[in-house]
Amino acid sequence: MLEIKNLHASIDGKEILRGVDLVVPTGEVHAIMGPNGSGKSTLSYVLAGRDGYDVTDGEIIFDGENIVETAPEERASAGVFLAFQYPLEIPGVATMTFLKAALNAQRKARGEDELTTPDFMRRVKAASEKLNVTQEMLRRPLNVGFSGGEKKRNEILQMALLEPKLAILDETDSGLDIDALRVVSEGVNALRSPDRSMLVITHYQRLLDHIVPDKVHVMSAGRIVRTGGPELALELEAKGYADYAGEPA
Amino acid sequence: MNAEPRILRTQAEDTLALEFAAARTRLPGSPSVAAAREVAFADFQKAGLPHRRTEPWRYTDLRALLRTVPPLVSERAELPAIVDPLAGLDRARLVVVDGAYRPELSDLSGIDGVTVRPLAELLREGDERIGREIATLDDAVVSLNAALMTGGVAIDVPAGAKIARAIEIAHVTTGLLQTHTRNLVTIGADASARILETHVGPADSAYQANIVTEATVGDRAKVIWAKLQLEGAAAVHLGTFSVSIGEETEFDHLTLMTGASISRSQTFLAFAGENARAGLFGATMVRGKQHADIALTVDHAVPNCASRELFKAVMDERSEGVFQGRINVRPAAQKTDGRMMTQGLLLSEDASFFVKPELEIFADDVQCAHGATSGEIDEDILFYLLSRGISRPEAETLLVTAFLAEAIEGLGDEAIGDAFEAIARDWLANRGQEAK
Amino acid sequence: MVAVQETVDQVRQIDVDQYKYGFVTDIETELAPKGLSEDIVRFISAKKNEPEWMLEWRLDAYRRWLTMTEPTWSRVHYPKIDFEDLHYYAAPKSTAGPKSLDEVDPELLATYEKLGIPLREREILAGVEGAGSRVAVDAVFDSVSVVTTFKDELKKAGVIFCSISEAIREYPEIVKKYLGSVVPVTDNFYATLNSAVFSDGSFVYVPEGVRCPMELSTYFRINERNTGQFERTLIIAEKGAYVSYLEGCTAPMRDENQLHAAVVELIALDDAEIKYSTVQNWYPGDKEGKGGIYNFVTKRGDCRGDRSKISWTQVETGSAITWKYPSCILRGDDSQGEFYSIAVSNGYQQVDSGTKMLHLGKNTKSRIISKGIAAGRSDNTYRGLVSAHRKASGARNFTNCDSLLIGDQCGAHTVPYIESKNASAVFEHEATTSKIADDQLFYCLQRGLSSEEAVALIVNGFVKDVIQQLPMEFAVEAQKLISISLEGSVG
Repeated sequence: MLEIKNLHASIDGKEILRGVDLVVPTGEVHAIMGPNGSGKSTLSYVLAGRDGYDVTDGEIIFDGENIVETAPEERASAGVFLAFQYPLEIPGVATMTFLKAALNAQRKARGEDELTTPDFMRRVKAASEKLNVTQEMLRRPLNVGFSGGEKKRNEILQMALLEPKLAILDETDSGLDIDALRVVSEGVNALRSPDRSMLVITHYQRLLDHIVPDKVHVMSAGRIVRTGGPELALELEAKGYADYAGEPA
Repeated sequence: MNAEPRILRTQAEDTLALEFAAARTRLPGSPSVAAAREVAFADFQKAGLPHRRTEPWRYTDLRALLRTVPPLVSERAELPAIVDPLAGLDRARLVVVDGAYRPELSDLSGIDGVTVRPLAELLREGDERIGREIATLDDAVVSLNAALMTGGVAIDVPAGAKIARAIEIAHVTTGLLQTHTRNLVTIGADASARILETHVGPADSAYQANIVTEATVGDRAKVIWAKLQLEGAAAVHLGTFSVSIGEETEFDHLTLMTGASISRSQTFLAFAGENARAGLFGATMVRGKQHADIALTVDHAVPNCASRELFKAVMDERSEGVFQGRINVRPAAQKTDGRMMTQGLLLSEDASFFVKPELEIFADDVQCAHGATSGEIDEDILFYLLSRGISRPEAETLLVTAFLAEAIEGLGDEAIGDAFEAIARDWLANRGQEAK
Repeated sequence: MVAVQETVDQVRQIDVDQYKYGFVTDIETELAPKGLSEDIVRFISAKKNEPEWMLEWRLDAYRRWLTMTEPTWSRVHYPKIDFEDLHYYAAPKSTAGPKSLDEVDPELLATYEKLGIPLREREILAGVEGAGSRVAVDAVFDSVSVVTTFKDELKKAGVIFCSISEAIREYPEIVKKYLGSVVPVTDNFYATLNSAVFSDGSFVYVPEGVRCPMELSTYFRINERNTGQFERTLIIAEKGAYVSYLEGCTAPMRDENQLHAAVVELIALDDAEIKYSTVQNWYPGDKEGKGGIYNFVTKRGDCRGDRSKISWTQVETGSAITWKYPSCILRGDDSQGEFYSIAVSNGYQQVDSGTKMLHLGKNTKSRIISKGIAAGRSDNTYRGLVSAHRKASGARNFTNCDSLLIGDQCGAHTVPYIESKNASAVFEHEATTSKIADDQLFYCLQRGLSSEEAVALIVNGFVKDVIQQLPMEFAVEAQKLISISLEGSVG
């Protein structure tokens, strides 16, 4: 599904990713852990194709194709979904409007028919109930005035509707209390499927209690420095990132 | 809206022409300065006194307000006894009387390294810095000053100098005169300084003071600048301050006005280097039939600069307060952050407040905002105080002081802020007693 | 939601030629000779069979106009208009005045069909699918009104809706009483010119206590080249009356600039309410800034009666130059004025628009919401005045002006004047200028929207407060227009 080869990327000439190598097979859930400033969020933005991040070397093979040069909206339609650490507010645009616009834009890009309104409503209703997203929230402007938990639930709702092949969850646990974390994690777990890969980026192990990964990678100074099973997360929880701090040699 | 009707020259304009003709040969300056005076006066004559169709002056119609002009200074006056409004505030004092710097009356202690000279000397030398900061201002009152300026003070704070003691330029007018003062302040790179500007004169004289101060602030300098306009009650005050600030400078400026019958205080600030920050604050208090106008132009000519403007005005009795502010963001000035707020408080049914806060924006990656409010003291809050047993005058004083304090404290200098707040409290304490 | 989707569709369908109303109707036209003189004024008046008093009124205006010069205070730049090089009257030959639909030239009906304007009264009444909604329309083609629909039905309710030309002949007493009473003949250069040569426009009179049973609207179309259109509209709502009126404007694409100088006067008496909406989509000129309509408009409403209310909503997307300030004189105690505006400029368009809220009466309230969107090489200025006179105790104003810049070649300017002569008047003004944030845009792209779609979506959110003020059926149209106007502004 996703194969990252020797990925180098920089912002304003400053190199943040210094040769990331990573393989996420179809249907697997991988976690990336690492200290602050290790390049985790940069990796998520580079995968989604955000402007201002220069890929200086390496490849991102998604579904068999190198998508380094692909526009963000094309990656989205191809099935890359990024759940933002800080979801954006868009005043005046109702959440529902946004959901429909996004869903239909992707369907059209893939040559599928647009959903009829009743069809769309049914899907939203089904997905939103699971995530405790109320009708009232859907009517409100996108993320405007949403609490931290509401914003994150809204991200997972979008993921459920857009049905990506690859979901990247960037610090989805940040700003959530334990109850909100449970709701969000259950939402994510419900979306685990043999056809879908997930990349869970987190600083803390606690999210991985709820979303149990197949593999755990440790990122430090712009590289994946260690890979292991779920037990690696526990080890990190116990020992901290002290072993991984600092610049690579 | 239609053709500018041909307006005959007013009596005041005629008098000014005669005064200039008579004085041109004795005004100080090199041949180049003399030539510049001729050009400036021609500019003035072409425009005439600003009037209601002169957009930047639309609320201060000098053509209508200045019926006559008093004579130019002809002889050196003795310094009259005037109460020092800032007694208690530690500062060096440069005294400018009737448009001339008077070293013998001044106190330059505690500002070692700073060069202070009479501007008249620089005029005679033809110093090219004079007129540079105002070169692009298209303003008849500034032109008039450029034609008739007699002197003032030139201050040089050298690069790197940290001058802890505040430096006051004390402007004193002694009688029924028109004065044209020019000051030139140069603050070098990495320097820091605190400048005070005070303006006083006799209470019963309808003198007219036209002061133009040009300032250049070098890169990374830190400057606090506070102006106190306490002119005599019958006076006309026309103050212009034009400053450009270099990169990474921190510049904070406060204007407090309670004096003069008619006053106009205009500030032009230009960002000349990136990553600079400017704070511009104002507090106006007027009563009787006073008319006080604050005009402000902030020119974001370069990227990555921030400006904050907060202007408060309190109008009592039949007075008029005016604020005209403009933030310009030029095409190159990406990442500009400009925020301007002006608030008027009307203490009397007969008071007026006129505001024109403008944004003129040619760059897209900017965050700019302005706000304006006008109203009276909030009845609910007032009632709350009254219900706690505070008298109405006391409650009003409390609320008005708080209203003004936000702007005064914006300057970020505790000593100056305290002194200015005391002046604001005095003004409030005299409410209703000085009614004209 | 539907509207957004339609907007998105609309944007997608557009090719290089964005202005879909740019066609010319090939129809025989009667033109006045070029230029302006007393004879031309007499010619226009005679063409319209006007009574003597109207001619005198026009001539008086013309003589005053000769002494005036064009205003220069606004932020618009254009070559000097040669007022002698214009036709001041142009009318389709086949039409001598408003007729029944059966008599209207089929070529004209086809034009309005093409513009999407519902003139098919009978079919609408009969409920024929796709015939349009139940809106009464006055269709003005160059200098004349070609048809007014639903007149009879409105008459039953007591509402007079006809062309101003007809009103001058049929209801001279009402016209005499109100014409020029809100915008005086000498108000400004263009208003005076309009008073001398006004061609056609709508007249609405809603009698006491009547709530107009349907939306009224006028569609203005400039067709002939080198003509000026001088629309004149007068709307009177008697005590307790209510009317909602909408105007739309289009013109062919032509290389030369054309002049539109309108005057609109609204009068609301005690407890009356007038809601006036404009969707202005005159030809804006081509990509190089060639051609386009000069739109110099004086619109003013007089809340003459106590508790009266006048609400202006405008969506300005067209014209090379827009110069208009729909205003409210809040004369009656407790009267209310509103101004909701969206002004979109792209290419080389210049917009200088805003409002005046003049608080004269006690406890008068006004609200201004202005959304300016500048793209391309355009300049977009909000200019507004809020004033409280000495006696306007308890006046309230809230103003919010937001500007959005798309691209770094355009300018957005805010020039508000706030004048309070009453301590109890509470005015609040806030304005912001910003661009569409990069991270907002990226968020939308990440969800699969294209840049164009993302901008359209964000802009639609930005203007939502104003769109909501429009009558339902026009809100959709307005959103489409905004997206079309911004076509090509990103990427």
